[in-house]
Amino acid sequence: MSTFFQQLVNGISLGSTYAVFAMGCTLIFGVLNIVNMAQGAFFMAGAYFGLEAARLGLPTPLALVVALLGGGLLGMLSELVIFRTLRARGGHRWMGLVASLALARMMVGLAQEIFGTQVQRYPANGLLQISWEIADVRIQLLQVVILVVSLLLMALLAFVLQRSSTGRAIRTVAFSEDVARIVGVPVGRTILATFFLAGALAGAAGMLLGNLFNVVSPFMGEQMLVKGLTVIIIGGLGNVPGAVAGGFMLGLIEVFSVAYVSSSFRDAIGFGLIFFILLVKPNGLFSGFEERRA
Amino acid sequence: MKRSVFALLLSAVGAMAFSSAAMSETLVNIGIVQATSGGSAALYGVMQKNGAELAIEEINASGRLGDYKLIGIHQDDAGDRGQSVNIFQRLINQEKVAVILGPTLATSAFAADPLAQKAGVPVIASSNTAPGITDMGDYIFRTSPPESMVFPGVLAYVKRKYAPKTAAQIYGIDDTLMKSAYAVHKKALESEGIKIVATETFQKGDVDYSAQLTKIKAANPDILVIGGLAEETANIVRQARQLGIPPSTGILGANAAISNKLAELAGDAADGFTVGSGWFIQYDSPKNKAFVAAYRKKYNSDPDNFAAQAYTSVYIVADALKRAGGVSDLKKLRDAIAATKDLEANNGSFSFDDHREPAVAPKVLVMKGGKFILAAD
Repeated sequence: MSTFFQQLVNGISLGSTYAVFAMGCTLIFGVLNIVNMAQGAFFMAGAYFGLEAARLGLPTPLALVVALLGGGLLGMLSELVIFRTLRARGGHRWMGLVASLALARMMVGLAQEIFGTQVQRYPANGLLQISWEIADVRIQLLQVVILVVSLLLMALLAFVLQRSSTGRAIRTVAFSEDVARIVGVPVGRTILATFFLAGALAGAAGMLLGNLFNVVSPFMGEQMLVKGLTVIIIGGLGNVPGAVAGGFMLGLIEVFSVAYVSSSFRDAIGFGLIFFILLVKPNGLFSGFEERRA
Repeated sequence: MKRSVFALLLSAVGAMAFSSAAMSETLVNIGIVQATSGGSAALYGVMQKNGAELAIEEINASGRLGDYKLIGIHQDDAGDRGQSVNIFQRLINQEKVAVILGPTLATSAFAADPLAQKAGVPVIASSNTAPGITDMGDYIFRTSPPESMVFPGVLAYVKRKYAPKTAAQIYGIDDTLMKSAYAVHKKALESEGIKIVATETFQKGDVDYSAQLTKIKAANPDILVIGGLAEETANIVRQARQLGIPPSTGILGANAAISNKLAELAGDAADGFTVGSGWFIQYDSPKNKAFVAAYRKKYNSDPDNFAAQAYTSVYIVADALKRAGGVSDLKKLRDAIAATKDLEANNGSFSFDDHREPAVAPKVLVMKGGKFILAAD
């Protein structure tokens, strides 16, 4: 039984990083209906921003802010350089897909050049290495902190979307760009703000995962992007609470497929699940509860 | 960027030296196929490229080859076997290399080595430890002792130290080398009568091993055997200890996990981690001390066993080249390499056995305070 609870802890802490990353993905892919393949690269960049900040001696909360801002600015940059330019010229959305893939590749190449290809780790933090053993289940302070930070980020995003004027603007744009324009919402600025939010969430997720598993590498974003896409399909495109639930679900599914099936089938089960969901609930598992986007 | 400027300068200097030598020199192209980008593989590739280039520099400076001058041509295959194949073709057909050193990964070797075998160009690997490498043909050699040569020694030491009755295994399922390391480990464990109570796998790029390790912890093995490269092994070791697998459970790794990076990534958790190797840094011989000092001077860091083995590979080529009387006939060069016997190398006296495998005494290493040291018996 303690093994079950240990796996539960493992799955929740893995899932919390998926959830934070997927919230950003769902804002771009689902709410704005834009395919931005550079989301994984922002995740990787966030991990390096946080790493460099931590190495400069900044305390972890400030390093997280650096990762958030860094990811957010990169997100805005991608909108300004790629997507806005393409929209202005009436480019097809496939062009945005290819251009953002190119951006992601460039960022990975740049990271390789600056930081090298080897895996790096965050400086050892004595405080975060504390762990408790409750009835044979190991819980690390680090896991708790990451879960709390993830929940805070989720609450913050929910607050921004539901209560702030930017959030209302985002939701209006999500409903219809034309309607938004008619009622006087600054569409361009709203899209830019959404890109900032999505990039910041990706950057924060990068730092969280980098800390949790002690791994920072130029290639970490590629796998994460696939996980992010998986989660937003499970949760429903553009459904933020769905992305959160889907993130935790994917983390738990991965862990429990290792625990009770076999580690060799982990990805087969994860992706098999997508197939299944696409077949029976094409709008995501939570489509019944939430019809609006964002 | 800096490196390419350096290379340009180097080739300019080389060109000047070449013209002033009044064309009396014979240039011998040596292909160095090592991953210097592309994740984990680069850990080993950079080390081997460094080791080989250091040896080439030393040999050219010593004048021991008379009019022959070695030219190292490095190509980065990024640990991708498709690229290894392209690079091999280019080195063989365009650069007309006399010998190829590498490639970094066994997976690449199985794809690319047959090309060299067919073309009659000798290949000397210094990091391929999977079984079957030299079975690909009589032009394929390696200076890296295969896992099957070093692991029994590791297990014998661990048996004395932990008296294990049960073991758990975890290995990378999508890598030829790790899969074959797993098979070697399994066979050795079974032949020692150690019961395998859990077998788990992971994949390239994984960072979270907690689910597998939780399962392993529940099986409560006496030892844990990891079939993985250095970066993955480091994280598995660290997460295993974090999940509460006690220090009394010994952790063993594959030869391929040896890297200075392991201690850096795993920290204190790596203390007691045990591996087998053909070389280690404190190996006490004048030749090795000179190698370590020269390496530190040139690269400002410590060599690892892969750097040492690549360095030895070049000395083997130089020695064979002398005995073969040149490189005009690569069959003769191959025969001379195969006849390498009691060459004084940085890990003792080096010979190739009948299967072109290295005949060196394996050593058992244990991690202590961030360094691999020779296991005390």
